[in-house]
Amino acid sequence: MDRPDQFRSSTVRSDSQPLLEVRGISCNYELERVVFDLSLTVHRGEQVCLLGPSGCGKTTVLRAIAGFHPILTGGIFINDQQVSAVGAMVPPESRRVGMVFQDHALFPHLTVRQNVAAGLSQLPEGSRGESVGEMLERMGLSHHADRFPHELSGGQQQRVALARALAPRPLLLLMDEPFSSLDQELREHMGQEVSDMLKESGTTCVMVTHDQHDAFALGDKVGVMSEGSIVQWDTPYNLYHQPGNHFVADFIGNGVFLSGEVVSPQQVSTPLGILPSDEPLIWSSRTPLEILLRPDDVVYDAAGPIQARVTRRAFKGAQILYTLRTLEGIKLLALFPSHANFEIGDDVRVRLDVDHLVVFEHDDPLG
Amino acid sequence: MITATLVSPTVGAAVKLRRLSRLNRWTIGAVLAAILVFIPIGSVLLLSLGDSGDVWPHLIGTALPEYVGTTLWLLLGVGVSVFLTGVTTAWLVTMCRFPGRRIFEWLLLFPLAIPAYVMAYAYTDLLEYAGPVQSSLRALFGWQSARDYFFPPVRSLGGAIMFMGLVLYPYVYLLARSAFLEQSVSVLEVSRVLGKGPWQTFKTVSFPAARPAIVVGVSLALMETLNDYGTVDFFAVYTLTAGLIDVWLGMGSLAGGAQIASSMLVFVILLIVLERMSRRHQKVYQQASSRFKTLPTYSLEGWWSALAFGLCALPVIAGFVVPVLVLGQLSIVYFDRSWTPEFKSYALNSLTLSAGAALVALLVALFIAYARRLREGRVLRVATRAASLGYAVPGAVLAVGILIPFATFDNALDAFMRNWFGVSSGLLLSGTVVAVMFAYVVRFLAVAVGQVESSLEKISPSVDMAARTLGFRAGQTLIRYHLPLIRGGLLTAVMVVFVDCMKELPATLLLRPFNFETLATYVYRFASDEMLGEAALGSLTIVAVGLLPVAFLSRMISRSRQLYPSPSTGDA
Repeated sequence: MDRPDQFRSSTVRSDSQPLLEVRGISCNYELERVVFDLSLTVHRGEQVCLLGPSGCGKTTVLRAIAGFHPILTGGIFINDQQVSAVGAMVPPESRRVGMVFQDHALFPHLTVRQNVAAGLSQLPEGSRGESVGEMLERMGLSHHADRFPHELSGGQQQRVALARALAPRPLLLLMDEPFSSLDQELREHMGQEVSDMLKESGTTCVMVTHDQHDAFALGDKVGVMSEGSIVQWDTPYNLYHQPGNHFVADFIGNGVFLSGEVVSPQQVSTPLGILPSDEPLIWSSRTPLEILLRPDDVVYDAAGPIQARVTRRAFKGAQILYTLRTLEGIKLLALFPSHANFEIGDDVRVRLDVDHLVVFEHDDPLG
Repeated sequence: MITATLVSPTVGAAVKLRRLSRLNRWTIGAVLAAILVFIPIGSVLLLSLGDSGDVWPHLIGTALPEYVGTTLWLLLGVGVSVFLTGVTTAWLVTMCRFPGRRIFEWLLLFPLAIPAYVMAYAYTDLLEYAGPVQSSLRALFGWQSARDYFFPPVRSLGGAIMFMGLVLYPYVYLLARSAFLEQSVSVLEVSRVLGKGPWQTFKTVSFPAARPAIVVGVSLALMETLNDYGTVDFFAVYTLTAGLIDVWLGMGSLAGGAQIASSMLVFVILLIVLERMSRRHQKVYQQASSRFKTLPTYSLEGWWSALAFGLCALPVIAGFVVPVLVLGQLSIVYFDRSWTPEFKSYALNSLTLSAGAALVALLVALFIAYARRLREGRVLRVATRAASLGYAVPGAVLAVGILIPFATFDNALDAFMRNWFGVSSGLLLSGTVVAVMFAYVVRFLAVAVGQVESSLEKISPSVDMAARTLGFRAGQTLIRYHLPLIRGGLLTAVMVVFVDCMKELPATLLLRPFNFETLATYVYRFASDEMLGEAALGSLTIVAVGLLPVAFLSRMISRSRQLYPSPSTGDA
C-alpha cells in the first residue's frame, strides 16, 4: 500500500481543479431560511474563510458541507463527487472531511495519543501508531501524548484537535471558529502557526469566523457573509481596500462615510473638499454618493485644510486612533503615529490623502 | 473502506448519496418504543370515553362519592403537610446557621427511603392498642381499657395523612432547597440592605421565587399519594385507588375497576398540568448561576437555634429513625419466623424483576434520548413526552390499562390458535411477569429518560460531529464516545428505577402471576393478615434498598458545596 508522506503528498498544486464546489445551496434552520442560494468554489490547497456576524448563516454552510445539515436547493460536490443533493446526503462519516471546533470537542476520556488515533481505526495497528507519532511530532505534542485533554492548556488542546482532524488525511478541513476560545495573544499566535502548517501541508481548508483578524490570518480568500448570502468573495487586501458594498466596508476595518456627489468622472465633491478618483466614475454628474474614509486616509498635517477637534483617543501602541469632529460637525477617524500626541479637546489640522476612492451610491445599502 | 479511499486520490465508490427521509432508524425505533409505552395510558383514556356497562350506575350511587371525597381529603392533607414540612426545613438549612445544619441537609432526605405502607405498618405496631406506647401509658396511669383514656386512632384518614406526609415531604424539600440555593445572592443581599428581616425577605423574595419549584414538589408528592395502596388499604381509608382494587379483586369486576381508573385520570391530568406549568415558571426563575456562591445566612442564637434544630430533627426522627427502630426490633424478634426459604425466593423475585425492568427502562431511555439528540422533530418530541407520562399515573390505573389490551391480545391469539391449529396458547402476556415488568417500565421510564437526557446534554454536540467526521456512524459514536462519558448517569438511572420497582405495590399486586410474590406483595400480605412482626424483615429489606438512591442524593448534596465551576473549557 502506497502511502505518500502526509505533508508532501498534496502540496499546493496550481492546477486550479476545484476540490469543493457549493452550488446554489439554501438551508433552513428550524423553519427559517438562513442560507440563500449560496455558491462557492475552493481549489485544492486553498484556504478560504467565511466571515460574518453571528447569525449570518456561516456555521450552517459549514455544517452542510460536513454533512450535518440538509440542503433545500442546489448541490455540494467534494472532489467532483456529489455529497449533498436535495433530499439525499452522503453521511458525514463517509465524506473524508476533518473538523475543528471552537470548544475543541476532544474526547475527555481518551489521552492525547488516543484522541489523535480516533480517526485511524481502519488502519492496521502498526501504521496507525506511526501516523499518530508523526502527527504528534509535527504538532509539538510528543511530550504530552499520554496526558488527558483537561491537563492541557487551551493552545495545546487546539493543537490536539487539529492533529486529530488531520490524522486521517481528510480531503478537506473544516474549522468552526477555531480560535474563539483562546485569549487574544494566543489567538494571533495560533492563527499564524495553523496557517503556516496548513500551507506547508497543502491542506484545503474552509474556516468560519466572526473575527476579521482570524479570517485575514488564515484565508487566501475570504467570503463575507450577510443574512445567508456571500456579499463579497475576495482577498483580505481587497476586502479592506476595495469593499464591494456598504456592508463589507462597514463590517471590515474602521472607517466613516462621507456623503458627497459626482462632479465629474474623475472627481467627487464632499463637505471636506473635492476628492479625485483614480478610476473613472460610472455615475452621472450630481449623483449622490457615499465615500468611505479609512483612518489611514486622514493624515496629520499642521498646514492641512481641515480643522478638527479630538473627541476620543485610543492608544494602539505605535499609533493612536483618534475620533475627530470637524468644524462642520463631521465625524472622522484618524490614525496618527504615536509621537503626534493630542489630548481630548485639542484642535488639530488634517488633510485627506485617499489613494483609492471607495464610493457607493447613496440610497443603496448593499452598493 | 476508509483505507482504500485513503490511497486513491478520488473518493470512488465508497461515497454514496443516501436518501433522506423524515424518519431514520433511530426515530422509527424511538417512536415505536414510545407508542408501546403509551398503550396502557391510552387504553385507560379510551375506556373513560367508552361504554360504561352496568357497574357504573351502581358505583355512582354507592361508593364512588365516598372514594372521591376521601381522596380529596387525603390529597389536601398530604399537600399541606408536605408543603409545611418541606419548605420550612429547606429554608432553615439553606438560609440559617444553627448547629447540625450541614448534617440535616442530607439527613432530611432519609424518609424518602421508606415506602408509605412500610411506615404505616411500623407506626401501627408502635401505636396500636397492644403496642408498646399505649401499653406503657396504661401501665403508667393504671388505665384498664381503651374506655379509660383517649388515644387518637392510628388507622384512620388522619394517620394516613400524617405518615404519607412524613415520607413524601422530601420531594418538596429537595426542590425547594435547590430553588433557594439557586436564587441570586445579590437579590437577597439587596433585600437585606433595604432593611428587610429574615421573615420579610422570605415572604417577599425567597418564597415567591421558589414557588414554582415548590409546586412541582407538592404535585410529585400528590402523585405518589394518589398511587398509594398499601397504606390506605391497611388503614381502611377508601380512596379511589383502594376502591379500584377492591372492585377489581374483591368484586371481580375489571370493568368497574376500569371505570374508577378513568375517573382517577381527572386527578392525574390536573396534577400533570399543575406540575408542567410550574416547571415552565421554574425555568424562568431559576437561571442564576450562583449555585456555588455562599448565600447570606442568618445566624440563629439561643432558643431560635434550638427551635430550628428541633424543627429539622422532628421529621428525621419521626420519618426515619422511629420506623427503622421499630422494624429493626421486630425483625430481630421475628427473625426465625421470617427468614425462610420463601422469603429468600421472594427477595430473589423482587431483585430479578426490578433489575430486569430497570435495564429495559434504561435501554429504551437511551434509545429515545439518543434518537432525540440525533434529530429533534415534532413527532419524536410528542411521542416521548406521551411515553414519559407514566410516572404520574397510579400503578393501579396502569394495571387496568395493561391488563385490558394484554388480555384482549391473549384471547384473540388463543381463539386464533384453537380455530386453526386446535391448540390453546393460553395466557402469554396477561398474568405473567412480562405484564409486571412492562408496568414497571411504563411507570418509571420518565425517571430514566430524564437522567439519560441530562447526562447526554452535558456532552457538547461538537463531540458528536467530531466523531462522525472521523468516520464513526451514529451508533458507533454512542458506544465509543458517549457511553464512557455518561456511565455515571446511566448507573444512577438504573439504580433509581430499580429501587422504585422494588417498592412498587399496587401494579405488582394486580398484575403478578398466580402465587407469585415479591417482597412488596409479601409484606403487604402479612400486614393484611395483621402479622406485622412477620412483615418486618421484608419491610426493613425494602427500606435498606431504598437507602441506595438516598445515599447517592446525599452525597451529591454534600458535594455540590465543594464544586467550583471548572476553570478551563470544561472538557473534563
